[in-house]
Amino acid sequence: MESLDVDGPHSMGTTIIGVTYDGGVVLGADSRTSTGVYVANRASDKITQLTDNVYVCRSGSAADSQILSDYVRYFLHQHTIQLGQPATVKVAANLVRLLAYNNKNMLQTGLIVGGWDKYEGGKIYGVPLGGTILEQPFAIGGSGSSYLYGFFDQVWKEGMTKEEAESLVVKAVSLAIARDGASGGVVRTVVINADGVTRNFYPGDTLPLWHEEIPAQNSLLDILSAPSPEPMSM
Amino acid sequence: MSSIGTGYDLSVTTFSPDGRVFQIEYAAKAVDNSGTVIGIKCKDGVVMGVEKLITSKMMLPRSNRRIHSIHRHSGMAVAGLAADGRQIVARAKGEASSYESTYGEGIPVKELAGRVANYVHLCTLYWWLRPFGCGVILGGYDRDGPQLYMIEPSGISYRYFGAAIGKGKQAAKTEIEKLQLSEMTCREGVIEVAKIIYKVHDEAKDKAFELEMSWVCEESKRLHEKVPDELLEEAKAAARLALEEMDAD
Repeated sequence: MESLDVDGPHSMGTTIIGVTYDGGVVLGADSRTSTGVYVANRASDKITQLTDNVYVCRSGSAADSQILSDYVRYFLHQHTIQLGQPATVKVAANLVRLLAYNNKNMLQTGLIVGGWDKYEGGKIYGVPLGGTILEQPFAIGGSGSSYLYGFFDQVWKEGMTKEEAESLVVKAVSLAIARDGASGGVVRTVVINADGVTRNFYPGDTLPLWHEEIPAQNSLLDILSAPSPEPMSM
Repeated sequence: MSSIGTGYDLSVTTFSPDGRVFQIEYAAKAVDNSGTVIGIKCKDGVVMGVEKLITSKMMLPRSNRRIHSIHRHSGMAVAGLAADGRQIVARAKGEASSYESTYGEGIPVKELAGRVANYVHLCTLYWWLRPFGCGVILGGYDRDGPQLYMIEPSGISYRYFGAAIGKGKQAAKTEIEKLQLSEMTCREGVIEVAKIIYKVHDEAKDKAFELEMSWVCEESKRLHEKVPDELLEEAKAAARLALEEMDAD
C-alpha cells in the first residue's frame, strides 16, 4: 500500500473553462485539489475574484495560482482607486501575464481571466504556462482540457445566450471529469455580465452520466438525508 | 503690475504672510512672457495651436517644435521656458510608456494629466529645486472621448473645453468664449484657432511668428498628429483674410 504524502505540494489537476456569450462570460471549473493520488479538497473553489467584474480560473499549482491571484487583486485594487472607475478585463489579464511571464522559472500555473467591462463587454483571456496572453472567444485549461478540444470544435458557436453558454460549460466540465482522474467533485460556474456576477453550483448527482458510467448507488449522496449513525457502544 | 515679495520670495519653500508662494507666481510670469498657446475641445476632437515667435531670421521653418506627441493618442503644447518644457514632455512620454507596459492599454488622458501635474508640483516642494517655468496644454482622445487639460507651473491641472496661455491669453480666452465648441468639428476648429492666434499676435512688440498646429480627432483616426499641410495653409489664409477685414473697418 503506497503511503500518501498528504503534506506534499497540492496541485489542481483540474478542468477550467471560460466562454463568452452575447452579453458577458461564463467561467466554469471542477473542484478537485489533489496531492498525488490523495484528494486534498474535493470541493475547492477554483474560480477566484480579482475585482467586482473580473474573475480568474486557476489551474496547476494551487499555491502558485493563489499567490499570483493575491498580487493581481492588490494591484488592481490600487489601479481602480487611481483610475476612479472599474479596471478593464484587459488590464487584469495583462497584470496576470506580467507576473506569470517574469516569474516563469518559478511558477507552474495556467490561468483563464474572464470578466465584463463597459468598454469591451464580456472578454476571456487565456494565460497558459509560459506567460503568453491570448484573447479568445472561449478558453479551456488544466489537465482535463485535453479531452475537450474536439468537443469544443464541434459544439462552439458565437453569440450564444446565457443559458446556452452555461449549459455548455457544465456539460464540458462533466465530460472532462468523467475521463480525467485529476478532475472531479462538483462543477462551479460564475456568470459575469452588465448586471453583475452570479455563482452557481452543480453537485455531482445533477451532472449527466456519460457512456459506460454507472448511476450512483449506495453512495454518500443517497444517504445524506438519513440520520447520523448511532455512536458505537464499547 | 508686479508686487515685490521683499524677503518672502527668495525660496519656493517660503510662504508670505498673506499665504502666497512668490516663487511659483514668478514662474507663472515666465509663462506669460512666451508666445500664445491655445487649445480647444471640439465635438469630435482636440485642436492645439502655438504662436511660435521667431527670434532670428536664420531659423529653419518647422524647426524648434513646440507641440510634441506624448503617445499615439495624446499631445502636449508647451509655453514658457523651452528647456523646462522638454523635461516635462520627456517625463510624460515615460509615464505613458510605462503605463502601457504595465497595464497593456494606452494611458487615459486624465491619468496622464494627473501624473504630469504631480511631477510639476513636485518641483515646488523642495528648496533645492526650482519650479518649472512653463505651462502645458495637454490634448488627447481616449475611450472616454476627447479631453483637454492645462497644467500650470504651480502643478494645478484642470480639464477645459478651451484654454490659452502666454502673452495673448486674455484676448485669446475672450475669443474662445465666443465660439460654439460643442457644435464645431475639428476641421472648423483649426480655422478658428488660426484666426485667434493671428488676431492676438502683437505686431508692434513682436515681429515674425510661425503658426504650429496639431489635432487629435476622428479625422486623424484618433491619433495625435500635425494638422495636414493643405488645411494649415487654408487656416493661415483665412486668418490673414479675417485680419485684413478687421483692419479695413
